[in-house]
Amino acid sequence: MYEFTYHRATSLADAKAKMGQGDDPTLMAGGMTLIPTLKQRLAMPSDVIDLGGIADLSGIRMDGDTLVIGAMTKHHSVASSDVVKAFCPALAELAGLIGDPMVRNRGTIGGSVANNDPAADYPSAVLGLGATVVTDTREIAADAFFTGMFETALEEGEIVREFRFPKPKRAAYSKFPNPASRYAIVGVFVAEAADGIRVAVTGAAPCVFRHGGMEAALAGNFSAGALDGLKGDAGAMNSDIHASAEYRAHLVGVMARRAVASIV
Amino acid sequence: MPSVSMTVNGKPVSGEVEGRTLLVQFLREHLGLTGTHVGCDTTQCGACTVHVNGEAVKSCTFLALMAEGAEISTVEGLANGEELHPMQEAFRQNHGLQCGFCTPGMIMSGVALANRNGAPSEHEVREWLEGNLCRCTGYHNIVKSIMAGARAMSGQS
Ligand SMILES: Cc1cc2nc3c(=O)[nH]c(=O)nc-3n(C[C@H](O)[C@H](O)[C@H](O)COP(=O)(O)OP(=O)(O)OC[C@H]3O[C@@H](n4cnc5c(N)ncnc54)[C@H](O)[C@@H]3O)c2cc1C
Ligand code: FES
Ligand code: FES
Repeated sequence: MYEFTYHRATSLADAKAKMGQGDDPTLMAGGMTLIPTLKQRLAMPSDVIDLGGIADLSGIRMDGDTLVIGAMTKHHSVASSDVVKAFCPALAELAGLIGDPMVRNRGTIGGSVANNDPAADYPSAVLGLGATVVTDTREIAADAFFTGMFETALEEGEIVREFRFPKPKRAAYSKFPNPASRYAIVGVFVAEAADGIRVAVTGAAPCVFRHGGMEAALAGNFSAGALDGLKGDAGAMNSDIHASAEYRAHLVGVMARRAVASIV
Repeated sequence: MPSVSMTVNGKPVSGEVEGRTLLVQFLREHLGLTGTHVGCDTTQCGACTVHVNGEAVKSCTFLALMAEGAEISTVEGLANGEELHPMQEAFRQNHGLQCGFCTPGMIMSGVALANRNGAPSEHEVREWLEGNLCRCTGYHNIVKSIMAGARAMSGQS
């Protein structure tokens, strides 16, 4: 790790002010991605601004029919929350499938979504449930948030405050995990939302995406059978030592059918 | 250099560290508490597991400065003088270690599980150990040890 100056922000305003100083500052949530990145010297920030001390960035609450999860809320808190389980069991299950207990004690929803790792679980829930990302300056719809591999609509220094999830009629997540890291080789989040069917696919391609063909098929007939023959487009899938593009394309179909079968 | 103060195994400690100093380096190199091991330094193996304010974390992926004001427990803090902690005793009784390199992390992780769930099933223990790797034992006796240790901690035999 290159040396940097560490700061513990006491409030959102304090974090914002600290981000305005320093040559090349960066935000830190639980450090579960940031610290390994620094160790590999893939980044050389001048200042690391820890959001861990800002109490009002973390927590889970209902606002009418909307579930609100603070950016600094840990995976373990989401996985074990009765509020989340009652609102959308698939979201609590997804959080409980991330990494391992120690990672779930430190990793946050905000860090995971801001990082937009192609194999991360949460982006599929944020996109699949049509959530809104609330930052210190604006609200961003999930459909406009995930812009590419490790890329999001966030501006330099913009801080995610919370996520607002509209209530789905039903939803399920099915993932084929990498047996070592538990990151998704392919994960599919299916939701019957107020505005229609949403199918969000993670792990398969450089960035989480919606599968329009599956959404159309399920809109007419919400059953696993409606997805027969549908899969990913191998030309657009990732290929690496863990799985070939063809295999990932096939898994997209299998995971989607499993997700649907679990909620019909 | 910035200074940091925390409580480690019940004792207040402080020291001067760099921004990049890891909690595990602070424990091992500044405090001489070498019971906490570094197996991978890449957040995978769990040999470095300690408790921060009661929660199991990988201390190779935690900055020393993040621990300002926190209560840290390491494997050295478990035994009561000559008397082993019930989880340590369970590892001894069930032959839960071979080379012992992963053991401090396994024990700290096992204690954290027992704190959440006093009677974990074999399946629950195996799932819990997702973040703790052992290259020797094949896990069977570690799983037995943690089940026995959890029962002993919650007063069941
Ligand atoms: C061994 C291991 C296994 C894992 N397995 C999985 C898995 O199975 N599935 C999965 O989805 N993930 C997995 N992860 C990742 C984990 O879920 C973390 O949530 C993820 O790494 C982000 O970590 P963090 O929340 O600590 O954020 P950090 O590492 O602290 O931050 C990540 C990035 O987000 C930025 N950021 C953080 N918070 C904000 C904010 N509020 N606003 C704006 N930007 C912000 C930071 O600047 C940084 O660039 C794994 C990680 C490890 C180490
Ligand atoms: S040394 Fe920390 S997880 Fe391996
Ligand atoms: S006993 Fe040797 S690594 Fe576990």
